[in-house]
Amino acid sequence: MNAIEVNNLTKQFGNFTAVDHLDFEVENGEIFGFLGPNGAGKTTTARMLTGIIKPDSGQVRIKGIDIQQNPIKAKQIIGVVPELSNAYTDLSAWNNLQFMAQLYGIPNKQATKRAEELLMKFDLYERKDHKVKTFSKGMKQKLIIAMSLMNDPEILFLDEPTSGLDVRSTRLIKDMVLELNKEGKTIFLTTHDMEEANQLCNRIAVINHGNIAAIDAPEKLKMRIGGLEWVEVSFNMPVDSSDLHAMQGIVEVQKSGDKLRLYTDEPGRMVYQLVDYSRLNDLEIMTLNTMTPTLEDIFIKLTEEI
Amino acid sequence: MTMIDQLKRAWAISKKDIMIYYLKGPVIIFGLLFPAFLFLAFMIGRDLPVDFLIAGLLGMTIFFTSTSVTPVIAPTETQTRNLERLAASPVSITTILLGDMLASVLFGIGISLVPILLGIALGVAITHPFTLAVAIVLASFCFSAMGLIFSSTPTSMTSTVMMISTMVKFPLVFISGIFIPVGELPQWGRTLASISPLTYITDLCRYSFQETNYYSVQVSISALIMFLIIFMIAAVKLHEKSLPKRL
Ligand SMILES: Nc1ncnc2c1ncn2[C@@H]1O[C@H](COP(=O)(O)OP(=O)(O)O)[C@@H](O)[C@H]1O
Ligand SMILES: [Mg+2]
Repeated sequence: MNAIEVNNLTKQFGNFTAVDHLDFEVENGEIFGFLGPNGAGKTTTARMLTGIIKPDSGQVRIKGIDIQQNPIKAKQIIGVVPELSNAYTDLSAWNNLQFMAQLYGIPNKQATKRAEELLMKFDLYERKDHKVKTFSKGMKQKLIIAMSLMNDPEILFLDEPTSGLDVRSTRLIKDMVLELNKEGKTIFLTTHDMEEANQLCNRIAVINHGNIAAIDAPEKLKMRIGGLEWVEVSFNMPVDSSDLHAMQGIVEVQKSGDKLRLYTDEPGRMVYQLVDYSRLNDLEIMTLNTMTPTLEDIFIKLTEEI
Repeated sequence: MTMIDQLKRAWAISKKDIMIYYLKGPVIIFGLLFPAFLFLAFMIGRDLPVDFLIAGLLGMTIFFTSTSVTPVIAPTETQTRNLERLAASPVSITTILLGDMLASVLFGIGISLVPILLGIALGVAITHPFTLAVAIVLASFCFSAMGLIFSSTPTSMTSTVMMISTMVKFPLVFISGIFIPVGELPQWGRTLASISPLTYITDLCRYSFQETNYYSVQVSISALIMFLIIFMIAAVKLHEKSLPKRL
C-alpha cells in the first residue's frame, strides 16, 4: 500500500481550475517533492491531501484510508505544516505542543516526553516557557514543525517550509527533513525552489497551472531538461569560439557582447574546462557565472515533450 | 474515533480559548462593560423593585457574556492563521465549535455570579436556586451557540463580527421583557418577545427570584433547548461553509 494515492483530483475556484485532474502516488519512505512556481496549485493540492479543503472531484487515500470518507482516522496519522500557518503566539512553546498532543489524543506522559525531545532536537528547550510572540521567524517555523511531529506521524506534509527563512534556518530545516526521512517518515514537500527539491527529494512532480508535467527522480528530470543551463564567461582577451565548441558537454555557444554563453548539461564540468583553457592559453577569466533555468523554463520544456 | 475522544479534544480547544481569549479587548468591552453601562443607562431613576432589576440584569449579563467570546475566536484565528493548523488536526468542525462554545459557556456562567452576588447583597432571596442554575447553564449554551452564528461570517476582522452581533443583540434586549415585564406589553410586543431566547432566560430568573414569571418553567426551558439546537445546527452548517474561505 502506498503512503499517498491520488486519483483524478480536481479543485475549481469559480470557473478557474486550480488543480486539474491529478493522478500520482507517493511511496512509503520517500521524500516526494511538489515543485512549481507561485500559483501552480501546490497549496491547494496539499490542502486537499490533508483534508483541509474538499476536492470537487477525485480521491485521496492516506495509507489506504480515504480522507473524505474517514477524515479523522486519516488525519490522525499525518503531520501537517501549512504554508502560512502559525503557532498560538499568546501561548508558550510548551503549551502549543501540549495543545497539539491533546488534539491528537496523545496521553499526557507520552506528550511530555515527546515535547521535551522535540524542543531539544529543535534547540528550543531553553525558551519553552516563553510566549511564541517573542520568537524569531526561524524559531517559530521550527516550533510549527515540532508541533506537526507531536503525534509521531507516518507521513509529514510540508508546504514551502523554508520560504522566507534565513540561510541558517533553511539549512536546519532541510537537515531535519532528511533526518526525519531517515527515521522512516514519508515526506510530501512543496517548494518553488528547484535546488531544494533537487537536494531533498527522491522523486519530484513538476506542477504548473494545476497540471503535473512530469514525475521523476531529480537526476532523470535533469536529463530530460538537459541543455537548459548555461555558463557565462568572459576573458581579458577575445577568444576563438571554435575552441569552446570543442569542449565536452557543450550544447550551444552564444556570444553576447564580450561575454560567451555556453549552454550545457554539466555547468560544473564546464567550469573546470574553462579554468584549464585559461591556464593553457595564459588568459585571465574576467567573469564567470553559472545560470540555472527558471521553473517556468523547465515547465515549458517538459510540457513541450508531452 | 469515538465521541468521547472528540469531546476530550473539544475540551482541549476550550482550555486553549480560555488561556487566549478571555482577556481580549472585545470580550471585555462587549461582554462586561457594554451590558453594565446599558443596564445603568436604563435603570437609573426608574422606580422598580430590586428583584425585578436583578433578574433583568442577570438575564442580560448571561446574554452579553456568553455571546462575547465565541464571535471573537473564529475571526481572530483567521487573522493570526491558526485556523489551518486546527483544520488539519483530527477533529471535526463540530468538535472545534463545541470547544469554542464551552469556553464561552464557562465565561457566561462565571460572570453571571456577579449580578447574583450583587442581588444577594441587596437582599434578593433566591427562591428556586436549582431552577436558576439549570437556567443559567442552558442559557449560556444557547447564547454561546448564537455567538457562533455571528462568527461564521468569513472575515478576519473581529470588529465586523462584533458590529453584526451588536446589531442583532441590541434590539433583542428591548423586546425581551428586561425593562418592561412581558405581561405588561401589548399583544405585538408579546409576540415579538416570544421569538427572543433572552425573554425565556429573563423569565426564568424572575421565576427563580420571586415567581413573577410570565411563561411556565417548562415552556421557558423547552424554548431555550429548542433555540440551542437550532443555533448549534445552523452554526455547524454555516462554519462548514465558511471555513475554506478563511484559509
Ligand atoms: N480560496 C481561493 N479562492 C480563489 N482562488 C484561489 C483560492 N486558493 C487558491 N486560489 C488560486 O488557485 C491557484 C493556485 O493557488 P495555490 O494552490 O495557492 O498555488 P501555489 O501554492 O502553488 O502557489 C492560484 O491562482 C490562486 O490564486
Ligand atoms: Mg503555496
